[in-house]
Amino acid sequence: MLRYALKRLISLGLSLVAASLVIFLSLEIVPGDPAAAMLGINAEPETLKALRIELGLDKPPLQRYLSWTSGMLTGDFGISYTYRAPVSQIILDRIWISLPLALLALLLSTLIAVPAGIWAATKRGSIADIAIVGTTQLGVAIPNFWFAVILVLIFAINLGWFSAGGFPGWAGGPLPALKALTLPAIALALPQAAILTRVMRSALLDTLGEDFMRTARAKGLSQRQAIWRHGFRNALIPVLTIIGLQFSFLLAGAIIIENVFFLPGLGRLIFQAIAQRDLIVVESVIMLLVFAVIVITFLVDLAYAWVDPRLRSRA
Amino acid sequence: MRGLLVGGALAIVFLAAALLSLIWTPYDVEALDIAAKMQPPGGAHWFGTDHFGRDILSMIMVGARVSIAVALVAVGIGIGLGVPLGLAAATRKGSAFDEIIMRSNDLIFAFPSLLIAVMITAVFGPSALNAIIAIGIFNIPVFARLTRGAALSLWQREFILAARVAGKGPARISVEHILPNIANLLIVQGTIQFSLGILAEAGLSYIGLGVQPPTPSWGRMLADSQTLASLAPHLVLFPGFAIILTVLGLNLMGDGLRDLLDPRIRRARS
Amino acid sequence: MKHLLGGIASLCVLAGSAYAQQTTLTIGMQLEPPHLDPTSAAAAAIDEVVYANIYEGLTRFASDGSVVPGLAQSWEIAEDGLSYTFTLQEGVLFHDGSTLTADDVKFSLDRARGEDSTNAQKALFADIDSVNVVDDSTVEVTLIAPNGSLLFNLAWGDAVIVDQGFTEDAKTAPNGTGPFKFADWVQGDRVEIASNPDYWGEAAKLEGVTFKFISDPTAAFAALMAGDVDAFPVFPAPENLPQFEADPRFNVIVGSTEGETILSTNNQQPPFDDVRVREAVAHAIDRQAIINGAMFGYGTPIGTHFAPHNPAYLDLTANSDFDPEKSKALLEEAGYADGFTTTLKLPPPSYARRGGEIIAAQLRAVGIETEITNLEWAQWLEEVFRGKDYGLTIVSHTEPMDIGIYARPDYYFQYDDPVVQAMMKGLDAMTDADDRTAVLQAVQTRISENYVNGYLFQLAKTGVADARIVGLWENSPTQANDMTAVYWKE
Repeated sequence: MLRYALKRLISLGLSLVAASLVIFLSLEIVPGDPAAAMLGINAEPETLKALRIELGLDKPPLQRYLSWTSGMLTGDFGISYTYRAPVSQIILDRIWISLPLALLALLLSTLIAVPAGIWAATKRGSIADIAIVGTTQLGVAIPNFWFAVILVLIFAINLGWFSAGGFPGWAGGPLPALKALTLPAIALALPQAAILTRVMRSALLDTLGEDFMRTARAKGLSQRQAIWRHGFRNALIPVLTIIGLQFSFLLAGAIIIENVFFLPGLGRLIFQAIAQRDLIVVESVIMLLVFAVIVITFLVDLAYAWVDPRLRSRA
Repeated sequence: MRGLLVGGALAIVFLAAALLSLIWTPYDVEALDIAAKMQPPGGAHWFGTDHFGRDILSMIMVGARVSIAVALVAVGIGIGLGVPLGLAAATRKGSAFDEIIMRSNDLIFAFPSLLIAVMITAVFGPSALNAIIAIGIFNIPVFARLTRGAALSLWQREFILAARVAGKGPARISVEHILPNIANLLIVQGTIQFSLGILAEAGLSYIGLGVQPPTPSWGRMLADSQTLASLAPHLVLFPGFAIILTVLGLNLMGDGLRDLLDPRIRRARS
Repeated sequence: MKHLLGGIASLCVLAGSAYAQQTTLTIGMQLEPPHLDPTSAAAAAIDEVVYANIYEGLTRFASDGSVVPGLAQSWEIAEDGLSYTFTLQEGVLFHDGSTLTADDVKFSLDRARGEDSTNAQKALFADIDSVNVVDDSTVEVTLIAPNGSLLFNLAWGDAVIVDQGFTEDAKTAPNGTGPFKFADWVQGDRVEIASNPDYWGEAAKLEGVTFKFISDPTAAFAALMAGDVDAFPVFPAPENLPQFEADPRFNVIVGSTEGETILSTNNQQPPFDDVRVREAVAHAIDRQAIINGAMFGYGTPIGTHFAPHNPAYLDLTANSDFDPEKSKALLEEAGYADGFTTTLKLPPPSYARRGGEIIAAQLRAVGIETEITNLEWAQWLEEVFRGKDYGLTIVSHTEPMDIGIYARPDYYFQYDDPVVQAMMKGLDAMTDADDRTAVLQAVQTRISENYVNGYLFQLAKTGVADARIVGLWENSPTQANDMTAVYWKE
């Protein structure tokens, strides 16, 4: 086990180095000068030069790469070109929107999907099952940005129940903040709930066919008891895997939704940073997201290997 | 079976609309008639007109062509590069080559796809081609992983052993014996990736990174009309329905094909 | 209901003040400023928060665009026009409590024009030879050559006076002299400013102003309708204005801006190096269709690069009237009977994106095919503005009085005309108003008849505000939200 973990840990480190190189190099070839983007069309060439020196853009690429990566190891992500504030501070501010949003969406999707999936699986072939499966098909097919626009149209503009977007901050108490996150979380959660329902249903159906379930029934447990005591627990592994993957997806994948609801989260930050050529912010946020995914994958792999020793030799 | 039929029918409707748009659309999608802007659905324009007075039905037809073309080529990239990589990795399981391919796959997966698309456009500018590349890149690891997994289990089988004893090399075995046996799997996954590609194309063109005007695309139709939604809801509804129905059709088709083609499930059913 | 609750909340906050009268205001803005230092970035959003509210310059723009005294209560111009002596207002305090002195003025101007300056409009200060402190409240500015625009230049947001202890901290916590102090900035959502009790001049009528950033036009519409914002001085979606006009709760404020919206043409790139081709493009364009289709009717047609509300403006739209037949004839004469293909690169604003699609259709009608590329600003700056790699583009030139760009052959539309260059050079030395007008009109006529660019329309300022608000700027002589005279009607 330890050797397996060590091996995976080395490959994790290599992956991170490779990722940082890929990110840095691809941003090196992005055309567009951050200084020009900031100073607009009337800027004099010498002014641009002065700003480039101030931003440290005149240094050779290798030196900038090394100072970026070594800075990151100590938690120093550099200074944003546009905002002139520490990148780590900006990320910290934004993550307090993206993280709760992702968690809220995940919670919503789990609360919908797990009962729906169980219900569909236990009543396999019934009208309820067909209805649920049909709804999930629809849910997967609806683009979340379209759904978001429709939600704004109905609940913000016509009914006026929610504001159409924006984020009041957490300083005014959790209620206004949660209210602002409700519509975006619903828009994000819908397709995830559809996927998760399908996984829950098929995972449960798989376990229902297993021997231990028949044993459980033979021992005199009712169908419901058997599902709760044995089936559910065994179906949980694939479901948790999907939830883990969805979480990292939600953290990064909310760009469009954050734009529709103009939430100042990580996705919107990076989208604007690319447009403004605030490359240091782009690099750092992407690196952070990639880091999160790689680490989550690593932990999931480790958990699997711990549960199922056969995997250790196979991977 | 029913799913396959319904899904197939939906997919064919949009495919037919896309093909028809090559030779005919009810109106010219590039001609503007600002005096006739934002007309509700009716006799002359079944789906109404947009803010420039263009016929929405015609735009949806051309948009279907764009979506399908982008998604299809992106799947093609995924299969064309991912399958050979997966086959090659399976022949040398556990080797450094295998390890590099699998870790690169993980690495691609770890990148947030939409951000990569935004970055690709920042480098090369927005265009249909770059949308294809952005979507296609993420199809490569999907097919590579699927192929490798399926191929690995086939390599244990007796008929492959027989082929090896007969002196065939790993490349030849991969092409002659492995590939035909995973074709069904690839078709099913291809359908799913195709529908994901349609969604991705819509998302990219919604944020302005896909095919450029005047060629219409579903995502941009949505983005352009968003501020008009309270005045003329049909501007937002029709492109949305087009995306949903196409993706729904392809997904139903994919599920149906899996039931039909995957022997494991068929056996379990009978 | 939400309004009522908001009212109660603000009552609690302002417990000291009398009840009923509303004393705070929420302004909607489409873009969030990157930081709050107007002297080191071009972003208009910075000025829209700080100009006249937090920071002041020696002179300032009034709502009608005229230049009036700011921190300088008066000035004397030497006979030869080579030196200006400014007398500063008395008792001016920075928000941190320090007193404004001539040293701060010298520091600010020297910083803006210095070697390592990062001022986005450094050219404004190019003619300054030296800034000298005469005494604590007197500053002398000497010039290299007479410059009739100096007082105008010093009114820009890029020329505001900062304290001599200026540090990078001011980017997030500005320290100005204005009637409002910086209060709070919730990144991504809003900036709050509060009235300055120690202001040297007439105090602001409002106790506080919140600038709320709402980039999405749909959300801006909803926010106004819900009362989340009280005014949106530059409302991003003209298509929604009729709905506000029909609603008695709102005033729609339509004013002028300094934005000449033009189809910029790469004068050095064939076939646009042929004036007949440029004229053909001009006659192919139906301005009114663009104003109707892209701006939903808001905008004034222009025939040259000059603001129609300026007294020196000449209506030259007849030079480039909509005449597709003439356009085709000109193309044939120039040897392009079968038309040609060019690029049309569009920056993000909707006037460009929508206008571009309409122009593409109009050009196609005379045989000119365009390949449209939608670009972000950074890409546009790189490819079009700096790289000059384009055929056509659409952009609104929002700087006031910027006809001088036609005398710069290296400017992105690459118009190299010694006649205009000589005229503009002569203008700099002129101080007589009539002479200046005559020259400006000659330049307008020259560039119109040379069809340098396609002249489309003057961008309108379309704002929406609660009908009870008084004192918002109608026009936009500079990009600002001057809150000093704004108040709520009883």
